[in-house]
Amino acid sequence: MSKYTEDDLREELKTKEYEYGFYTDIESETFAKGLNEEVVRAISKKKNEPQWMTDWRLEAFRVWEKMEEPEWANVQYEKPNFQEIAYYSAPKPKKKLDSLDEVDPDLLETFKKLGISIDEQKKLANVAVDIVIDSVSVATTFKKTLGEKGIIFMPISEAIQEHPALVRKYLGTIVPTTDNFYAALNSAVFSDGSFCYIPKGVKCPMELSTYFRINEGGTGQFERTLVVADKGSYVSYLEGCTAPARDENQLHAAVVELIALDDAEIKYSTVQNWYPGDAAGVGGVYNFVTKRALCETNAKVSWTQVETGSAITWKYPSCILKGNNSVGEFYSIAVTNNYQQADTGTKMIHLGKNTKSTIISKGISAGKSQNSYRGLVQIGARAENARNFSQCDSLLMGNACGAHTFPYIEVKNKSAQIEHEATTSKIGEEQLFYCNQRGIDTEKAIALIVNGFSKEVLNKLPMEFAVEAQKLLEISLEGSVG
Amino acid sequence: MLKINNLHATVENKRILKGINLEVNPGEVHAIMGPNGAGKSTMASVIAGSESYEMTEGTIELEGIDLTDLAPEERAHQGVFLSFQYPVEIPGVSVTNFIKTAINENRKAKGLGDMPAKDLLKKIREKSALLEIDRKFLSRSLNEGFSGGEKKRNEIFQMAMLEPKLAILDETDSGLDIDALRIVASGVNKLKSKDNAVIIITHYQRLLEYIKPDFVHVLYDGKIVKTGDASLALELEEKGYDWIKELT
Repeated sequence: MSKYTEDDLREELKTKEYEYGFYTDIESETFAKGLNEEVVRAISKKKNEPQWMTDWRLEAFRVWEKMEEPEWANVQYEKPNFQEIAYYSAPKPKKKLDSLDEVDPDLLETFKKLGISIDEQKKLANVAVDIVIDSVSVATTFKKTLGEKGIIFMPISEAIQEHPALVRKYLGTIVPTTDNFYAALNSAVFSDGSFCYIPKGVKCPMELSTYFRINEGGTGQFERTLVVADKGSYVSYLEGCTAPARDENQLHAAVVELIALDDAEIKYSTVQNWYPGDAAGVGGVYNFVTKRALCETNAKVSWTQVETGSAITWKYPSCILKGNNSVGEFYSIAVTNNYQQADTGTKMIHLGKNTKSTIISKGISAGKSQNSYRGLVQIGARAENARNFSQCDSLLMGNACGAHTFPYIEVKNKSAQIEHEATTSKIGEEQLFYCNQRGIDTEKAIALIVNGFSKEVLNKLPMEFAVEAQKLLEISLEGSVG
Repeated sequence: MLKINNLHATVENKRILKGINLEVNPGEVHAIMGPNGAGKSTMASVIAGSESYEMTEGTIELEGIDLTDLAPEERAHQGVFLSFQYPVEIPGVSVTNFIKTAINENRKAKGLGDMPAKDLLKKIREKSALLEIDRKFLSRSLNEGFSGGEKKRNEIFQMAMLEPKLAILDETDSGLDIDALRIVASGVNKLKSKDNAVIIITHYQRLLEYIKPDFVHVLYDGKIVKTGDASLALELEEKGYDWIKELT
């Protein structure tokens, strides 16, 4: 009798290779390895930044130098040697690009492999793409349409030149340079990222989307994203990443700041597929991300993330619900396989009255991976009638993986209502046999079960992204578990 | 259609089936009866290819095709359907999505493309009407929070959608109230044809009042110890199983 046991499943899992593990040969300009004040100054100079920006970076660097790398997360890895990393890498621009035809053909080929060719993207109506390759944006589309609405969507390096007052007003206000080790590092050395500003009362007519990639071996990627939604405005922002296979560990320490002013709404969706390392746990991206949002009165921020990649993930998209009646949401699917480790979750800080937050976290662990949910729900003393609902579900595949939940709840106001639900389940032989009996093979059955498990979160993604995310889930668990 | 020859099966080295012989022809309804622990459900699972059991001896053929080395899904593609005694829950997967996937996987195995949405919808409408299934039911997560009756009705709905050659109903009558029993039985009767066959596994002859068997087999201690027509079921109902035990 042909059998498909848990062992077979695990075996197939091991042999699953990184789908997007290719390397594009684009001429790059890379700084020598190492980090000191001179390097920080050089980055700033390279970017032709104003003095205030240089000073801001230097201040961050000085703070970072005195900080210790945090160790509280439920992940184990060899700490990166920060002097062995090159802090700047940019594709050498041949000339200023006016149209997509002028984009490096190799680069276009890379996008084709990823199935996100710019041509396709252009056809996907209403999606403006700001593509970030190795830290420097090389193409920006739909800028004109956005411009007519007064929406600013551009690489942050350009925004520093063109809209210095706006950037200066908001940069670092939500995630201060001193916030944490990685945020300080990012502030000192970030090479590029995206800046988005939606003017008062404007509903952004399209999903704004950015693709990040790490390309040059051995260069860290330090992205900086700043989204400001002015009063009464709305924007849906998509961020997706894939990275080519590399042997040495790559450090990725991004900072994302969202500011939703009164009555504004920001939907921020991420599909993350950094290289997770091979089946033996060698290589893979270290992903240490700080994402935080500020909600003013009646504002709403939704974080939706599908995390399938990275060797190590350390990421807690958070909401500071400062304004009365503000709403924070966190919807997450985190998949770990082989030796991947993820410690991810959210923080909902309720400061205003009648603030509401919802947390839906779905963790899927396979192989020898460890998947942790870490969340904080904090109700401040003046947050009358604050409400939170949290649901943390874990799905296990096989016997060698782990799922952990670390919920923290701090309440300083008696009127708060907090609900927390958690479940852990395992894909069972019985479920698989049931599907098999209906003619569905094990791989397809696992994809079906995983999609069912993740549905509440997948439903929160914009259409364009939901399809890609579903595909990613299947790829990440292929063989095994799909 | 189905030929079972000298079937032996074990679970964790414990012998459950000890030489079953059974032949089922197209158009026939066979009932398998017997006391608890006789091996009725094991037999159903082994025919469907469950890996929880080890088939140690014998052969199972469907229309001349040896099922022994086929995976459960391959047996399904050949036309074997098992209505489970305890259908499992799959959270987040709707009844519709599940059946759509099952139908398309079966079509794929036959080299066909996905069933066009229009045809699928038509079929769902038709079959759900047959089993008096409410439209809302189809959008619910598979078996999650279903009552016993809903679970069984859903099994027969899937059978109606998949149109198997051989359907094995494992204690489909358990957990059904009299109305649900009538609906399920009338559904099975309507799906019966001269080209397919049904094996009904049951304790009681209750279901057999609605679905008339051509043959009744008594399974005891891993073997078929007696075979008769529908009247045997009535005899069992009246006398119980003790006299069967004495037969062996």
